[in-house]
Amino acid sequence: MSNASTGRQTTWIEKALRFALYAVLLIMAAVYLMPFLVMLLTSLKDVEEIRTGTLLSLPGSLDLSAWSKAWGSACTGNNCAGISPYFLNSFQIVLPAVAISTLLGAINGYVISMWKFRGSDFFFAALLVGCFIPFQVILLPMARTLGWLGIANTTTGLVFVHVVYGVAFTTLFFRNFYQAIPGELVKAARLDGAGFFTIFYRIILPLSVPIIVVTVIWQFTQIWNDFLFGVAFSGFDTQPVTVALNNLVNTSFGGKEYNVDMAAAIIAALPTLAVYVLAGKYFVRGLTAGAVKG
Amino acid sequence: MPKIVMAPTVVVTLVCIYGYMIWTAILSFTNSRMLPTYKFVGIDQYERLFNNDRWIVALTNLGVFGGLFILICLFLGVMLAIFLDQKIRAEGAIRTIYLYPMAISFIVTGTAWKWLLNPTNGFEKLMIDLGFENFKFDWLINPDMVVYCLVIAAVWQASGFVMALFLAGLRGVDGDLIKAAHLDGASTFTTYRRIILPSLKPVFFSALVILSHIAIKSFDLVAALTNGGPGYSSDLPANFMYAHTFTRSQIGLGSASAMVMLGCVLAILVPYLYSELRGKRHE
Repeated sequence: MSNASTGRQTTWIEKALRFALYAVLLIMAAVYLMPFLVMLLTSLKDVEEIRTGTLLSLPGSLDLSAWSKAWGSACTGNNCAGISPYFLNSFQIVLPAVAISTLLGAINGYVISMWKFRGSDFFFAALLVGCFIPFQVILLPMARTLGWLGIANTTTGLVFVHVVYGVAFTTLFFRNFYQAIPGELVKAARLDGAGFFTIFYRIILPLSVPIIVVTVIWQFTQIWNDFLFGVAFSGFDTQPVTVALNNLVNTSFGGKEYNVDMAAAIIAALPTLAVYVLAGKYFVRGLTAGAVKG
Repeated sequence: MPKIVMAPTVVVTLVCIYGYMIWTAILSFTNSRMLPTYKFVGIDQYERLFNNDRWIVALTNLGVFGGLFILICLFLGVMLAIFLDQKIRAEGAIRTIYLYPMAISFIVTGTAWKWLLNPTNGFEKLMIDLGFENFKFDWLINPDMVVYCLVIAAVWQASGFVMALFLAGLRGVDGDLIKAAHLDGASTFTTYRRIILPSLKPVFFSALVILSHIAIKSFDLVAALTNGGPGYSSDLPANFMYAHTFTRSQIGLGSASAMVMLGCVLAILVPYLYSELRGKRHE
């Protein structure tokens, strides 16, 4: 459809339509950007300016005190150390959970697409259900299990939960990717005497870089943004940043400091926003891969 | 070797997905309160659930919120995708802006919109300061309107994602088909309506399933934006379940509500997977 309209003279109607098209697209872009802009502006104002100004008024001076307070001294519940400890908690949860679930997904996908055994397809279908169930349906039994295992309210517990419920997605990603790799490759290697792990390390993993990137980004975003597991399974000191942010915003004593709330919200969003800005292409691929079931 | 490697995942899946599902199902037939007990009471909890006003409110909210959220997201997503498909300059930048909310957690989204929608400092004040002195926008604290606040924030977050799905779909449509239509004299509008959009049916269904899935499990947005209030007027089933299971010591009732949520998801999922699998077999 690249040159459907060339060759015809552009009339003024076409020009007007074109203009309207751009206008709509730009207005919508402004609408999508506005909340973030307001958050940023608010985080840079002092409380007095917030009271007297409006959402879109510019801050009088560049005041970063709300940011330092959000990071280091704001109170979430009874704890007044800002959200930095929870920000670090999130990393402590996310990094191992992403690594383990990605690795398991790669191996599972490799088995399901290249070393089929009786029932492997059936198992894959059964695993996929795990992508869809509302987690409310496993919440209470999981809480009991974490208690038995002695990892309730710990970072380890949250890593475990995220791995368990992330593996369905990572397996799906890798399986769909490996489906497209010709089976002859593996067959030839087997004839040459290469074993299960040799083929995986030497042939499959080097081919998997793109899907590893997509999976890591998907898992990172999902786990970083999680709130349900965080609020249900974390202890006082092991809350992820989403839970801490929610507590901070809902802490009712003292005057409401919207500038601190907004700074904290931006801090909590920064890692995933950074991933999105730096690797948007892979982020979108993850979204669509998660959307289109094989 | 393959079986040994898969074994941990198999065990964990069987226990943590299917085992727990059954466990919750069992609990929903008991009179468990603060601790799980295994005294069976038949469908008592389900009767209590559907006689519970707060649950009915949550379920109604899910209907209103889910319905509007899905419809508006689909509409916006399709429109924006079609508009962006018209050889737009700076398409990449605009697309990036539409989609960025999807990278952010619902907690952050809720925090941001809570600030934008609050009547004393948010939009209402902005409009009044702009000269519209009688402007009133108090949905966030109005029990009859608060559910629409959830819709606004959720649409802001997810509509860009629908746009991305459809844009990818549009780029995959066979170019020859479109050229042929143009040669036959079909206008751009007709081409989209008669040829391109109908061929995107699978994308449409995927989007529908994912959006309804997001709506049914929405928990964090409510927690951050309204905390269920005023009163319990903006509760969704996910919040009802959490409150009753973890803070109100009504494990049986909470489990019953979780099972109803599962039922809702299955009602959407089973026909979808069925049609997907059947479709594949015909190819």
